Amino acid sequence: MRNRYSEKPKNFSHTINRLLSYLSKDIILIIFAGFIAVIAALMGVLTPYLAGKALTLVKYIYDGEEALVSIFSFLPLFNFVTLIIVIILTALLTSLFNYLQSFLLIGMTQRLTYKMRIDLTTKVNSLPLKFFDKYKYGDILSRITNDVDMINQTLTQSISEIFRAITLVTSILVIMFLMSWELALITTGSVIISLIVAGIFVKISQKYFVRAAKSTGDMTGHVEEVFHGHQVVKIYNYQDKALAEFETLNDEIFDSSFKSQFISSIMFPVQFFFTNLAYIGIGVIGGYLLIKGQIEVGFILTYVLYARQVGQPIQTIGQTASVLQQTSAAAERIFFIMDQKEEDDESNKKLLLPNIKGKVEFDNLQFSYIKDKPVIKGFTAKVKPGDMVAIVGPTGAGKTTIVNLLMRFYELDDGDIKIDDISIKDMKRTEVRDKFGMVLQDTWIFEGSIYENIVYGSNGKTYEDVEKATKNAMTHHFIHSLPNGYDFILKEDGENISQGQRQLITISRAMLADKPMLILDEATSSVDTRTEILIQKAMDKLMKGRTSFVIAHRLSTIRNADVIFVVRDGNIIESGNHDALIEKDGFYAELYNSQFEGQEI
Amino acid sequence: MIRSFRYLKPYIWTIIVVLALVLLRTFLELMMPFYLGKLIDDASSLFLSNENKETSIIYYGSMMLGITIVSIGVMIFSRYLGAKIAALYGKKLRSELYKNVQTFSLKEVDEFTPSSLITRSTNDIQAMQQTLAMLLRMAVLAPFTAIGAIAMAFIKHPTISTVLIVSIISVLSVLYTIYRLAYPKFSLIQKLADKMNLVVRENLTGLKVVRAFNTEEFQIDKSRKVAQDTMDNNVFVNRLFSAMWPVMGFVMQLTTALMYVVAIYFGFLKENSAFTPGDLSSMVQYGTQTLHSFMMMTMILIMLPRSAISANRVMDVIDKKTNIFDGDDLVKLDDLKGEVSFNKVSFKYPNSDESVLKDISFKAKPNEVTAFIGSTGSGKSTLINLVPRFYDVTDGEILIDNVNVKNYKLDDLYQLFGYVPQQGILFKGTIKSNVGFGVSNINDEELNKALDISQSKDFVEKLDDKYDSPISQGGTNVSGGQRQRLSIARAIAKKPKIYIFDDSFSALDYKTDAKLREALDENIKATILIVAQRINTIKNADKIIVLDKGRIVGIGKHYELLKSCEVYKEIAESQLTPEELLI
Repeated sequence: MRNRYSEKPKNFSHTINRLLSYLSKDIILIIFAGFIAVIAALMGVLTPYLAGKALTLVKYIYDGEEALVSIFSFLPLFNFVTLIIVIILTALLTSLFNYLQSFLLIGMTQRLTYKMRIDLTTKVNSLPLKFFDKYKYGDILSRITNDVDMINQTLTQSISEIFRAITLVTSILVIMFLMSWELALITTGSVIISLIVAGIFVKISQKYFVRAAKSTGDMTGHVEEVFHGHQVVKIYNYQDKALAEFETLNDEIFDSSFKSQFISSIMFPVQFFFTNLAYIGIGVIGGYLLIKGQIEVGFILTYVLYARQVGQPIQTIGQTASVLQQTSAAAERIFFIMDQKEEDDESNKKLLLPNIKGKVEFDNLQFSYIKDKPVIKGFTAKVKPGDMVAIVGPTGAGKTTIVNLLMRFYELDDGDIKIDDISIKDMKRTEVRDKFGMVLQDTWIFEGSIYENIVYGSNGKTYEDVEKATKNAMTHHFIHSLPNGYDFILKEDGENISQGQRQLITISRAMLADKPMLILDEATSSVDTRTEILIQKAMDKLMKGRTSFVIAHRLSTIRNADVIFVVRDGNIIESGNHDALIEKDGFYAELYNSQFEGQEI
Repeated sequence: MIRSFRYLKPYIWTIIVVLALVLLRTFLELMMPFYLGKLIDDASSLFLSNENKETSIIYYGSMMLGITIVSIGVMIFSRYLGAKIAALYGKKLRSELYKNVQTFSLKEVDEFTPSSLITRSTNDIQAMQQTLAMLLRMAVLAPFTAIGAIAMAFIKHPTISTVLIVSIISVLSVLYTIYRLAYPKFSLIQKLADKMNLVVRENLTGLKVVRAFNTEEFQIDKSRKVAQDTMDNNVFVNRLFSAMWPVMGFVMQLTTALMYVVAIYFGFLKENSAFTPGDLSSMVQYGTQTLHSFMMMTMILIMLPRSAISANRVMDVIDKKTNIFDGDDLVKLDDLKGEVSFNKVSFKYPNSDESVLKDISFKAKPNEVTAFIGSTGSGKSTLINLVPRFYDVTDGEILIDNVNVKNYKLDDLYQLFGYVPQQGILFKGTIKSNVGFGVSNINDEELNKALDISQSKDFVEKLDDKYDSPISQGGTNVSGGQRQRLSIARAIAKKPKIYIFDDSFSALDYKTDAKLREALDENIKATILIVAQRINTIKNADKIIVLDKGRIVGIGKHYELLKSCEVYKEIAESQLTPEELLI
């Protein structure tokens, strides 16, 4: 949902300032645009004045008097033709300047949102993964897309309109006072009252908009549950209850949307009332002044036009204020991410491990995801080059923690991991990660060709290299069965191929990358048998000769492992090979044997 | 959009009132320049006495005041009605959509996809509601004002009004040109927005992969490219559209100037002519009003196609009729035993050429566990969805206690089943409300028993509020395994005659899986249908049905199938170690 009425900015002016500082590079352009806006506004102000003068001139003609009129006391008198030409020229220039101003502002604000998007993307890729534990992807995605869009849509209009509106209103009021203070007073009064009215209505309707957004949110939640759980609702005979719940929510939406609609829509008539009162006042008082001969005929027209002209910017200011509130709310959400602390800058670290053997040592690791809730409480182990380490444990036991620490996705609280006797803390993160090929359970496929997905992360590989990798990963065959083969375009998330095929592609990716060590998650729950066999063969090939850390799901893997890390509640409680652990008769033994529970012998 | 207007029928009189009010307001608005013009003329007249002038001023001034007051009243009242109608319209649409979706079988839900249904019932209807409110306000006002203003101008002075015609044409052509130039780029905006969304989403979901492969720069570059395209496109479209008001402004000024020129040059206004300066000033204002209205109309026309899209999306759902209806037989549910038979059943999805199931025949007996296994795409889940008539068979028949499922009243049919889907689906509420979902008023004893059998008791006891603990929307505040167990408890609490477990044990670890099956074995006496991926889950079933590519390739018990069924053997070999196979 794109409406964010529910957000109220916490620090309005500070955020807007910060937002504008994004434009600081364009400061010259801004000043220039501002200058143009002022000129355009002044020209726009001139127009009703000239129109009034034209009417006065016409009146002279009608009265049979000399057809000349004074525009400004320092200029010579104008005749009709000259006046018309001046009017047309002024109009032309006004429009040109107005356009020029929008033209510039649009370029600037678009550049702003562009820069923001890039900054956010860069930020997201350098924040510690710990951050994403707290904040759901959906929320972050929404900030980078929806919130930036919101700023995009609102900022352009808001800035140029506020510029114009303020200049217009000020200059109009100044001129009006110069022309006739009585009439000016009326108009000013109407302006002030309009502003106040706008403010009141924005406040009142805001309350209802918030309520409307909330009831819509509630309704969306209900509908989401019921539509996704359609079968469950039917089978468990919940339909009537669901309908009753729905109707209650529907009534709420009806009420809040009707009220918010209505209240915000009568802001206009009410402002219109005051504008019209001014209009009438101008007519009446102007009429009296006309009688007394204190003003020219054209003044009344001029004032009427000014009153009309002033009404629009007032409304705009009112609308813009509430729009800016939304902009500010969106900007706050974005700045929140920008202000997060990034991972440490490691540009001063040197490359330490050009040639790697693959020995890994774990030295009294201490780690916790959340402070004061330790997960790994002192783990020590040695892994020889080429060893296959199986990580086992009940569902949700935290087997991925080891992976996270090895890859420095998270940092240790205490203790150390050493690769070939060098601490990973001394190495750059990029170097550590460069040592590992990774195949995770959540297959990550992006929109693009199969070829692009496989070469992702590898540099300078040829087509032959790719083919070799896919053949080893048992993937080549099915790629050829697809139309266009390697050029077959995979859709978002790889939706147009099966889960098993996606897995094979990620394995090919790792195969191609050919890293000295391997991290592998064997989970292949929803895959058909034949593909599963292929995947297993591919995984076995991938593991050959590399130090591998495998989150194991196959008994064969576990049994053949050189070392088994047994994980429970996030901590590694036992380690050793299969036979040794069975003999120990501890948690591992219990876990292993439970597979045969309830079985006939 | 027109289709949806049938829901406005009850309010037709109100709508007519609103339109009449708008008409009245338009008329009143048009009178304002008229009276002002008169006021100016009289006040500046060389012929009237000062007293008469003052009387005039008061008279015209009061007229204008009266008009304003009535006008405001009219506006407020018409907007009140308009907002109400639009809100009622939205409410009715939402209600109709929801009720119709409730009648859908799985077929229709899958056709639209749940996500699309959600968007349609919220965003799209909201768009329709806003469009109607706007239409009621402006769609009539703009043309009325335009027509009225042109008429007034014409009445005042036909010849000078021709200037207006010229202006209107130029305004329309400019707007049309801008629209034509911008339109192709306009539709790109949505595509680029989708692409940006995609790229960002991919980056976020693949954060670990990106870091593992050190491809951060690559991802940033990818974003950069899309952001650049978006920027270029938006700059073009916005700059084009921002030309509209300046052009309009210029045309309006030009019109005014031209009117003056025409009036003086052609001598319509000269010394003591019938056409007065006041008249001219009215003409000018009418001209402005006209052009303004044309602008409004064009903007509305630009917005309409987009709302039409939303309207179509909504009406498609409302007008969709399912073809799974009640049967005519009345059955006494208690007398039923719950035997499920498939006779030569075949099934094909509506838009597909290939049958997913071919010639399926078997019997699932009460108090027995019948399991279904096969590779993905073998049709197991589809098969299980046919039993409660989530879909209808395309050939053959499904019988429950020798009565075709199509003959049962749907509500009666649903009563028979305890259905546990693959992903545990829970609803906002409490543990108690979820487990008691299918029961009118579950008592504590039944609740506890269901929790116990489903292996949920342990974790529920650990919670502070025990079974009154809240479950958030979608059940996201409990783990996948817990969700599944609670879904199972829900089925158990209903005490159905037939259980359907659609791969419901996959989120459980081996130990819990085994304990659960043991508990089910001991406590449940009903027909149990299990779809599974793990051989270990179904090893002890009374009957295992092996599916491959939509056909049954084996029926029997575990050990028989190991010997006689190739497909079963393959699956077993890929999951179990040699020793386990031998046991």
